[in-house]
Amino acid sequence: MSSEVISQLDVDRTRGDFHYPEEHKFDAGVGLTHATIDYIVDVKGEPDWIREFRHKALDVFLSKPMPTNWASKDLENIIFEKIRYYLSNAQKATRSWDEVPDDVKRTFERLGIPEQERKFLAGVEAQFDSEAVYSNMKKALGDQGVIFVGSTEGLKEYPEIFKKWFGKVIPTGDNKFSALNAAVFSGGSFIYVPPGVKLKHPLQAYFRINAENFGQFERTLIIADEGSEVMYMEGCTAPKFETATLHSAVVELVALKGAKIQYVTVQNWSANVFNLVTKRAVAHEEAEVKWIDCNIGSRLTMKYPGVVLKGRKARGEVLSIALANNGQHQDTGAKMIHAADETTSNIISKSISIGKGRATYRGLVHIPKHLKGCKNNTECDALLINSNSRTDTYPAITVRGSGNSVQHEASVSQVSTEQIFYMQQRGLSEAQAMSLSVNGFVNDLVREFPMEYSVELKRLIDLEMEDSVG
Amino acid sequence: MSLIIRDLHARVVGGQQILRGLNLEIEKGRVHAVMGPNGSGKSTLSKIIAGHPDYEVISGEILLDGTSILGLEPDARARAGVFLAFQYPMEIPGVSNANFIRAALSARLAEGEELEATEYYADLYEKMDSLEIPRGFTARSVNEGFSGGEKKRNEVLQMAMLKPSYAILDETDSGLDIDALKIVSAGVNALRGPGFGALVITHYQRLLDYINPDVVHVLVDGRIVRSGGPELALELEAKGYDWLREELAEPAAV
Repeated sequence: MSSEVISQLDVDRTRGDFHYPEEHKFDAGVGLTHATIDYIVDVKGEPDWIREFRHKALDVFLSKPMPTNWASKDLENIIFEKIRYYLSNAQKATRSWDEVPDDVKRTFERLGIPEQERKFLAGVEAQFDSEAVYSNMKKALGDQGVIFVGSTEGLKEYPEIFKKWFGKVIPTGDNKFSALNAAVFSGGSFIYVPPGVKLKHPLQAYFRINAENFGQFERTLIIADEGSEVMYMEGCTAPKFETATLHSAVVELVALKGAKIQYVTVQNWSANVFNLVTKRAVAHEEAEVKWIDCNIGSRLTMKYPGVVLKGRKARGEVLSIALANNGQHQDTGAKMIHAADETTSNIISKSISIGKGRATYRGLVHIPKHLKGCKNNTECDALLINSNSRTDTYPAITVRGSGNSVQHEASVSQVSTEQIFYMQQRGLSEAQAMSLSVNGFVNDLVREFPMEYSVELKRLIDLEMEDSVG
Repeated sequence: MSLIIRDLHARVVGGQQILRGLNLEIEKGRVHAVMGPNGSGKSTLSKIIAGHPDYEVISGEILLDGTSILGLEPDARARAGVFLAFQYPMEIPGVSNANFIRAALSARLAEGEELEATEYYADLYEKMDSLEIPRGFTARSVNEGFSGGEKKRNEVLQMAMLKPSYAILDETDSGLDIDALKIVSAGVNALRGPGFGALVITHYQRLLDYINPDVVHVLVDGRIVRSGGPELALELEAKGYDWLREELAEPAAV
């Protein structure tokens, strides 16, 4: 049985676990000081307001304590002095795949990036360490006024839109890691969709860490103007290194009146990555924001996508799946801040803990007293694969006023020996049986996902289960 | 060709011994029934043949067409041709019946081979029809919210789809009303033939009116104490098990 498992792993497990030797023209060195910031700003040729913004952010970062009073003590194992904060070969992403340097091209071709672009995407951005190396969008979208570029290009080329929203949804001081990102951010996407433009196909970004002892700090800002619609998908991988790698992104979404944004993440970080990401959206009147968030891999993930429901009848939704394998901690959840009448929010979270893996759900739902007709629905379900697996739930729901309603359901279930035996008796291996139970557990949620991603997610779950049994 | 259980001693892992020198041979083409009082080891026997991790074999052999299966994982035994129709089938939330049976069939294919979807559904629907299972069943989660009768029908459907060489039916009649019993029995009878041997475990003679066994065995205290033709089941039905116990005890008292 184990040989069968291994032969399957040979094919796929290595998909993200490889790296090519590094050669970087631009390297900010190890550690973080004000000099590091000046280096990044100089190399990127950024305007003064960004230089000032970054320096201030560094001070905020340094002044804030680690949030270990409520979060995992494992955060103390991040040695900020040993991390490299900026690595790149060029500052401008190419529009043509042919112009991407060969070593980088090899990496993304192995991950299937240009292939997917041809198949079903409206646009793609590929980030390698600190900078986007490739960014392309179907020409028709550009003609309609859609902007899809890297963050640096966004702030330089479209300052009037960029400056208006940048750092407004997630201020620098929101938390220690949003401050860190504000200080050293590089890469990520800047997207603007003009009023009434509805993108039929998704835009995709792929984030790849290739270097050891490295921190990736992309910054994404998406603005969907009135009545527009956009779906954005991101995928992430890194090779397995012995030492810790840091990924600390900030993602801000703005959905103006009647706009719809869907943001889909399928991350498959290797087990050495600290993944500490702040994601938040503002939904104006009758706007809809949906976060679909699948967290697989990493050493510690802390991520609580949120929606500030700012306009009347705005809707926010978080659908999340977290899979914590041996030695991993998925600390995820959602925040829904109701700030207008008749706003509705929906949170569905499913977590799976395997072996000594630990899944934590933290939810925040806030509906103040003066609001009327607000609704929240929260469901969080945990599945434990082994008897030593762990799950914790910390819901914080503050609902005042009488005209608002909240529903909260939580469940914990375990895959029993009898279930596994039953499936094995039908001829499925132990790994296949577990995989099937896990897929069954997340099934109703996965149905909400774009097809390509539900297939990818199923494949990742199969790999994780094979790995945990084999 | 047969499934042979030879002088089998087995116990709960780290616990009580349940089988004490059990001998049984199930030939392909024949149906054997095992009856016995509560606690005699009937269900344990079925689980041990299937390789349930809660039990361990102390000594003895289980040979499948001449090859020992004791060292095999439960899934390898299943793929080798042993099917167990569970007394209490498990629920698998979120996994549809159609996907479950398909996964089970796919697990039997060589690497690179794939199940042909149209053929699969044609086969599945045909067997569902004969078991009077409505089409909507394929999309429901495995056994979730099923009535006792639906669960048992599902076991027989899975058996029909997986086409085992040897099937063990563990109290398949429990929880069935008479109509369901007829349908389920007809499903089992449809599989009878030269390539199929079965071990039918039951408390009640009633089931054997519908699935006529070739041989009837009585299991008491972990051993087969008597074997005979179908008339033995009728005798047990009429007289209970106590007379057998008394008969067995007598020689020891001498």
